[in-house]
Amino acid sequence: MGLTEQGAPARSGIATTRLDYALDMIHRHGINWARKHSLWPMPFATACCGIEFMAVAASRYDLARFGAEACRFSPRQSDLMIVAGRVVMKMLPVLQRIYTQMCEPKWVISMGACASTGGVFDTYAVVQGIDQFVPVDVYLPGCPPRPETILEGLMAIQRIVREEGVRSSSERGHGLQMVIEPPPGVEMGPGFGERSLGDRASNPVL
Amino acid sequence: MAVAEAIAALQERFPELGLAPQPLVRYADGRDSGQLWVRVPADRLLEVARFARDDERCRFEQLCDLTCVDYLNYPDAADRFGVVYSLLSLSQRHRLWLKVFVNDPEPVVPSVTRIWKGAEWPEREVFDLFGIRFEGHPDLRRILCPEGIEDHPLRKDYPLRGRGEREAFVPIDRETA
Amino acid sequence: MSMATGYEPSLHTAAEFGEDRWTLNFGPQHPATHGTLHLQLELDGERVVKCTPHIGYLHSGFEKLGEHLNYNQYVVVTDRMNYCSPICNNVAWHTAVEKLFGIELTPRCKALRTIVQELGRIQDHLLCLGAQALDVGGLTGFLYGFNEREGIYDLLEDLCGARFTVSYTRVGGVVRDCPDGWTDQVLHYLREVLPPAIRDFEALLIRNRIFVERCQGIGVISHDDAINWSLTGPVARASGVKRDLRKDEPYLCFEDGWDGRGAPAVDFKVPIATTGDVMGRVLVRLEEMRQSARIIEQVIQRMPDGPVMVLPEQDVALPDKREIYFSIEGLIHHFEKIMTNKGLEPPVGEAYGAIEAPNGELGFYLVSDGGNCAYRARCRPPSFINYQVYPVLIEGHQISDVVAVLGSLNIIAAELDR
Ligand code: SF4
Repeated sequence: MGLTEQGAPARSGIATTRLDYALDMIHRHGINWARKHSLWPMPFATACCGIEFMAVAASRYDLARFGAEACRFSPRQSDLMIVAGRVVMKMLPVLQRIYTQMCEPKWVISMGACASTGGVFDTYAVVQGIDQFVPVDVYLPGCPPRPETILEGLMAIQRIVREEGVRSSSERGHGLQMVIEPPPGVEMGPGFGERSLGDRASNPVL
Repeated sequence: MAVAEAIAALQERFPELGLAPQPLVRYADGRDSGQLWVRVPADRLLEVARFARDDERCRFEQLCDLTCVDYLNYPDAADRFGVVYSLLSLSQRHRLWLKVFVNDPEPVVPSVTRIWKGAEWPEREVFDLFGIRFEGHPDLRRILCPEGIEDHPLRKDYPLRGRGEREAFVPIDRETA
Repeated sequence: MSMATGYEPSLHTAAEFGEDRWTLNFGPQHPATHGTLHLQLELDGERVVKCTPHIGYLHSGFEKLGEHLNYNQYVVVTDRMNYCSPICNNVAWHTAVEKLFGIELTPRCKALRTIVQELGRIQDHLLCLGAQALDVGGLTGFLYGFNEREGIYDLLEDLCGARFTVSYTRVGGVVRDCPDGWTDQVLHYLREVLPPAIRDFEALLIRNRIFVERCQGIGVISHDDAINWSLTGPVARASGVKRDLRKDEPYLCFEDGWDGRGAPAVDFKVPIATTGDVMGRVLVRLEEMRQSARIIEQVIQRMPDGPVMVLPEQDVALPDKREIYFSIEGLIHHFEKIMTNKGLEPPVGEAYGAIEAPNGELGFYLVSDGGNCAYRARCRPPSFINYQVYPVLIEGHQISDVVAVLGSLNIIAAELDR
């Protein structure tokens, strides 16, 4: 890492400039800056939310701007599982198996109303919130979440990485306790109070 | 109306069944939707189906859909399950609905997979969701629900939110995964 | 590893299959399975000897839910059925409901529904062709398809306020008229955006030697088999089955005299291929997009004026939102229509209504006991019925053809399992 000590980035040649830039950023923001921009997601896309995730990965919203375009469909090569869509009782064992196959450190985004709570499907077959059976780091609201929300969720994972680095999920415990601050002048209500389902209350959104 | 001819052909061939066409729905002003159904006893279903497929005037080459209705709480229903065969003729462009009524405790209907291959999965689905057995089906297994579930979810006595199947899993947490 | 039981990949031994057979589990979580399908393939070297599809990994109880939601509410759930073209499901559901109620729609509502239905078809085919390209290794086609889909998302968002869970129809009409200038945007899309996209697709797919060789002669099904297996939609038409509900059982603007003043049915052609292979399905879908564009242009040119909901006398229409907010009669009327102990009053009976959805005949078989909700809401899902033929199509082919054939059937998991 001697290069970082050299001071001002050289101005000639594209490759060196960009490397210098990156090294400079790492120098200023720490190694977690680099880590948070190289998340490899694994889309566990089951239903409609998966289509919206594909839209985010495609040209207009361009997930690559956040360094997370390298979708890997093998759990062993990825570190961010995005559960997009409802998970039903036949699928849940598959989800758990895939989660256990992922290597540490790993993060999970529960995308959409269905994955987080069951959504409109309060029926016999749909699991009412995957967080009852697998750990979840970030919940995305919406049915489906708009692409902007999905990007915001990805940035929430990036914030976790920035703050905590690449600690394994057992050391990480129950999330960062990060809550979005309301804009100035807005008073927040009392919230939902204690929730009974799992540790949803102590594992706040975003 | 072409389907009238098809029904006439069925009535000529099976006079003893007393096949009487009825409209599926009759509106308040006395009109109906033009969709007709006939009732067929379960033990004669295969004959009727084969005739309906092959006869010149019927020509129901395609089984458009196969489903079942649980008439448990239905007003004035005499039988519990009605298996509904929706027949479609591509050449004559008409439709006809056949209904076969069966009852607990052992609802059994002969399988029409030998006549229309497209009945294979719909029959499995009805078996899965209603618990009606199709005699002669090549591979009658559950199709939508996981194996190991006892109930048949679309029966009317099964609650919408299930009997706790959706909660019966072992959670993984961050420490043990 | 601690895990719950329930999912076990099948592990057959060599003794069961002979020496050189082996089993490959394909899915349920696999990038090329378009959702959640599980194929159990028995292989002899690279050749597929036997294929057993397992489905139900997305069975969420749609039909049970249909017995507990009223006729207007359930449209929200139909959005989630075929999520590549949700608006077609909306139209199909309310086509069936109106058959049960015996309602005749207003001309403007018919025109709007026709337009959105054909937009949905374009949307679905774009995704299907893009995914087909992706499945045989062409990422570019996928990106191109999605680019043009965004245009339709924008149009639908202007119309209903959501990108794809649109819930646009109501019993007896649609939720609101289109905003000013919307039809011009649609025309602009159809004239300026879509034709180059279809040309690009043609250049990328059917003049691409690799794509053609991977699709031609693969997954063939004959005309008679296609009928006997109950196939519908582009899959059947690629085998030469002349069947399109828009022509055979005309509804909406495909019917002569749809505006009540003798307007002729819209003029379009139903593309048919005779080869019955994957390439045939691709070509049929490409041509259907062009025909859909033609249909929409004609409808927009003859767009009638008037209300988009049936008159209140028919006793099914929800009142206009302005009335609800600004007059007490409107508010009372609204409550009468949505309260669980009042609501709509359908006749006792059963009805089947179907439309030609992008994947084939999408119908609903409704049973009503006169109550507020359907007694039984059966959906005839084209994906489910088309998918059962898959083992027939794939057996004897190479393993690399598995995804090519799967892509050409356009199986949507949520519609497959409901
Ligand atoms: S949250 Fe909505 S869009 Fe996402 S999977 Fe569920 S129903 Fe579909």
